[in-house]
Amino acid sequence: MITKTRPGRYGEFGGQYLPETLMPAVAELEAAWLDARADAEFQRELARVLRDWVGRPTPLTDAPRLASAVGLSRVLLKREDLAHTGAHKINSAVGQALLAKRMGKRRIVAETGAGQHGVASAAACALLGLDCVVYMGSVDVRRQQANVFRMKLLGAEVREVDAGSKTLKDAVNEAIRDWVTNVRTTYYLLGSAIGPHPYPAMVRDFQTVIGREAREQCLARLGDLPDVVVACVGGGSNAIGIFSAFIDDANVKLVGVEAGGEGIASGKHAASIVGGSVGVLHGSRTLVLQDEQGQIRETHSVSAGLDYPGVGPEHAALGQSGRVRYVARTDREALDAFALLSRTEGIIPALEPAHAIAELSAIAKDGAAQNVLVCLSGRGDKDLEIVMREGVIR
Amino acid sequence: MTVSTAATGTARIARAFARARDEKRLAMVVYLTVGYPDRAATSGLLRAALDGGADVLELGVPFSDPLADGATVQRASEIALRQGISLAECLAEAATIVRDRDATVLLMGYANPFLQYRGGLNRFASDAAHAGAAGIIVPDLPSEESAEFDAALDSQGLARIDLYAPTTPDERLARLVPHARGFVYCVSLTGVTGARRALGADVAEFVGRVRRHTSLPIAVGFGISAPEHVASLRGVADAVVVGSAALDAVSAAPADRRADALRAFVSSLAAAGRA
Ligand SMILES: Cc1ncc(COP(=O)(O)O)c(C=O)c1O
Repeated sequence: MITKTRPGRYGEFGGQYLPETLMPAVAELEAAWLDARADAEFQRELARVLRDWVGRPTPLTDAPRLASAVGLSRVLLKREDLAHTGAHKINSAVGQALLAKRMGKRRIVAETGAGQHGVASAAACALLGLDCVVYMGSVDVRRQQANVFRMKLLGAEVREVDAGSKTLKDAVNEAIRDWVTNVRTTYYLLGSAIGPHPYPAMVRDFQTVIGREAREQCLARLGDLPDVVVACVGGGSNAIGIFSAFIDDANVKLVGVEAGGEGIASGKHAASIVGGSVGVLHGSRTLVLQDEQGQIRETHSVSAGLDYPGVGPEHAALGQSGRVRYVARTDREALDAFALLSRTEGIIPALEPAHAIAELSAIAKDGAAQNVLVCLSGRGDKDLEIVMREGVIR
Repeated sequence: MTVSTAATGTARIARAFARARDEKRLAMVVYLTVGYPDRAATSGLLRAALDGGADVLELGVPFSDPLADGATVQRASEIALRQGISLAECLAEAATIVRDRDATVLLMGYANPFLQYRGGLNRFASDAAHAGAAGIIVPDLPSEESAEFDAALDSQGLARIDLYAPTTPDERLARLVPHARGFVYCVSLTGVTGARRALGADVAEFVGRVRRHTSLPIAVGFGISAPEHVASLRGVADAVVVGSAALDAVSAAPADRRADALRAFVSSLAAAGRA
């Protein structure tokens, strides 16, 4: 599908725009990952942990009342909200933590936005007896208090980042600085399909379990593939995880939903594909939100997990090739979808996948008779305070 | 002032290092973020660095996400960006100091602002050559990603200075260092920029590993903040790079004494670099 000109390149996107200090580390990481990938023992251990501790496979849930509310014949939810710690982030966190341990690195650094990846990393480190330091922007620390407490409870050290926009992008900067400094002993457990090669490919690999399961479950349930697959896109890990199983099925439409914030025209959003341009951020050439001077712009989203000015390089390429259609939904639309799914199906989603739910009525306009698979990437407990403040229930 | 119009960037660098070598001293490379502490201060600070004994100036191009930099350069970059300092303005500063003082000037900044330069990398290289700049240093551009930069810079006789780190294995040094231009920049420690109390213990060994693959001058940077650091590099390196400590010297001084404080600081380091 995508021409990888060389490892880690997706057409013009991807690469390793890193300080020299880290170049041997990413080479070592790539070798270790490929070695683990080919090792049946590692795969068995990963499968065991995913089953017994993460709780996989996650269910596929029919959502008939939601479907009728948005005007579709059938909506199926891939329930990553039911994975341990409440989001898909755990799939990659536990995979990478096992890899770190195999590499003999006993200290883990991670970044987090919504706190889901931080919680997942902290939990995986607790499981495997690794030290865990999580960097989190001070704005996010304030808006995701419960997750900060969870991380601490799980034994992680949470370091607040006060630089720049004080959100996910700055947490990534600080995690990379820590990694540069402690590279000999430290594994950087990156939370999305972003960053330098091999992270986009490796995180995708650990998240393909979502797509593999969902594809099988759809075939069993529908006797067919879904017509459309929808996922929210922050850095793009849940989306690439579910899309990966359908990319070669040309008749399955793939839709990625970015954070439209207060609307693309307002400039206050985090939609790097819909509203960005080609640039280099965090080790990768991809689509980024930037000004004319190449300075990375501050972003806005009601959802901390989507509040990031870049996107994984494979998504940039999938957007360019047209294989995936990327759209943006606003804060308001996501909040409405959050309430809608709660009321119609008794499922409180995270604000991130609420953006994917918000796309359903637009998809219905292409025809009511479609079967739509949605990646419900996480649950909404962490977002209750924000949603209360936003006055969704009046 | 004499202006050597014909010299290419690479030739300017060679000349600056040769002068220091002939005088049997370490060459001094001084980094300052353009626009710190304010736009008007930059040109006076660059002159002060030269007056204090700088052989090469690194003009820091501010970036929103300086992931190889410690707190000092991060803060300086934020302050510069708040004033809207652009790469084009950095080139204008370079042009002025080259014209007035025939200085050897490098631009140091992250990949993205160079890539977004209006008109692209070729246009940047041509504008930089016109400004009299000698080359660029890009801390997030390893050789694997440098082809498009090198093509643009080579055609204008500008150097892209490679950085190497203590973590760089010998096999990689052997492959890459022979292609270096101008000089080779050795990062003294495993970490980000920022003044340190002591230099890494293995600097001499590291510089020795690099020296095996090049006859170009070798500069050591990151962490250097005191005359003792410079003195300890005599006989090890050919040059030292001082950045965060220079910015610290500027910010520690009262507003009307900044240039004097910087000149005195640079000259104390330069003195330590003489035999
Ligand atoms: C529940 C949930 N979904 C989605 C995301 C966005 O990340 P990605 O695009 O990598 O899936 C996050 C990030 O924190 C999240 O917590």
